[in-house]
Amino acid sequence: MDPSSIVFLAFILILSIFLGFELIAKVPSTLHTPLMSGSNAISGITLLGAISLTGAETGNDQLALYLGTAAVAFATMNVVGGYLVTDRMLEMFKAKGKK
Amino acid sequence: MNIEQLIDLVYILSAALFIFGLKWMGHPRTARKGNLTSSLGMLIAIIATLFSQGIVSYKFIVIGLLIGSVVGIVAARLVGMTSMPEMVAVLNGFGGISSLLVGVVAYLVNKNLDTFSAVTVILSVIIGGVTFTGSIIAWGKLKEVITGRPIQFFGQQFVNAAILIGILILAVMYSMNPAASTNYLWAIILISFLIGVMSVIPIGGADMPVVISLLNSYSGIAACAAGFVMNNTLLIVAGSLVGASGIILTNLMCKAMNRSLSNVLFSGFGSVVAGKNSAKIEGEVKPMSVEDAYYVLEAASSVLIVPGYGLAVAQAQHAVRELADFLEENGCEVGFAIHPVAGRMPGHMNVLLAEASVPYEQLKEMDEVNPTIETADVCLVIGANDVVNPAAREDKESPIYGMPIINVDQARTVIVLKRSMGAGFAGIQNPLFFKNNTRMLFGDAKGSVQGLVAEFKSD
Repeated sequence: MDPSSIVFLAFILILSIFLGFELIAKVPSTLHTPLMSGSNAISGITLLGAISLTGAETGNDQLALYLGTAAVAFATMNVVGGYLVTDRMLEMFKAKGKK
Repeated sequence: MNIEQLIDLVYILSAALFIFGLKWMGHPRTARKGNLTSSLGMLIAIIATLFSQGIVSYKFIVIGLLIGSVVGIVAARLVGMTSMPEMVAVLNGFGGISSLLVGVVAYLVNKNLDTFSAVTVILSVIIGGVTFTGSIIAWGKLKEVITGRPIQFFGQQFVNAAILIGILILAVMYSMNPAASTNYLWAIILISFLIGVMSVIPIGGADMPVVISLLNSYSGIAACAAGFVMNNTLLIVAGSLVGASGIILTNLMCKAMNRSLSNVLFSGFGSVVAGKNSAKIEGEVKPMSVEDAYYVLEAASSVLIVPGYGLAVAQAQHAVRELADFLEENGCEVGFAIHPVAGRMPGHMNVLLAEASVPYEQLKEMDEVNPTIETADVCLVIGANDVVNPAAREDKESPIYGMPIINVDQARTVIVLKRSMGAGFAGIQNPLFFKNNTRMLFGDAKGSVQGLVAEFKSD
């Protein structure tokens, strides 16, 4: 990888870390579990990498193909399971008088 | 504009959706919308990626997506709210293993990596591997397949140091000549699995909120490392957002226990018995019957319910809400005081009570209730122990000295619902049970609460 793109990616990294701290710091403890499972679903973003790799593999390398497919499957479980379970939880959080 | 540039534009939109989603997750009113927004961001990013020109065959992608979706949907539907910590642990582990696999496959398809790329592959493999096995062990501990007690053995620190040095040497050797070092990579994967196991087994069950938060952070960092491997900006942005959020939660949990992260990770808390110089506990345990408890509650004008992990174990949340409803009907002011580390993950109690449709305004944080706790007529402690242990305030020898607690002992009357006189998860005696204003209601938490509800009904 050439140095300029390394610097570019590092730049993005630093800014997103600061943004993450700013965004999460104010979340009340009531919402910590949904926040955790919701952000957990976001970490399944690695699925994009898995898709690109698996789709680009023509089948010369069987091992890479199978491992890539496994990566897609695991990341999808993370994404789908994470979002659905978070939604199920948040659906239950209700204000007074809305039982 | 070509297709790849369009995909990048979609990625920008998707990053913005993640950011708004997380922002909205900060309030109970907007949280659901926030989660939907973030899932929309994920969906468009996935669709855009599928249009990438590098993709020549969809067969295996579709297989993977199908398997993952089915398992994900079924698991999310079936899991009970009490098992939420286990669910989060497992999903974390899946995120970790997939980042590991992305690193491995990226290497397998192009072994001629430059040093920087080789290092990023190593990082995504190690962090992903540690997240994976660490989460599986955490799951085992939560599920009680593995003992919740810290597992420690003689020379553990030396073994750990040796493992770390070993993986460092392998990493350097791999990075110097990746093309001819496939076997080194396999070894690194195995050792990273081992590190995950070794780093979670010495941690006690009561410290699980910290571990879960930390593993959550790792899964984000692993995705971030995979982003460097793939040269994908969205992976880096989303991964570091998750990494940052996990670190914040970890920090909050540590603060709520008045311990440093290294203390949680390495001290094997709970395996030590309280110091011999510990203050002698004076007073006697005063048990009470359900009927007596009913008369106390019936006469109270303000009741503060303090739930703990025992509530989750007994699945008593619905019964407790019913009791709270009766109390309110009786003209009593009811609140739920929730300690930040009550339960097995951050916010665990809040989710259980929300499931039983307790409105979120009734859920109060520790700092909110402590200043006025003297005015509470009754504190009803249900399945909580260490988070209400006054030794944290009074006994300098106590291992939990200095930990912020809910000061239930300062309320007029304390009723503790407890199965038996056994010590809490941290294995520490609780002087609360011996105080003058404390009454013990022994028995299964759910049974006792249902008994109280029955008394109110027959009234």
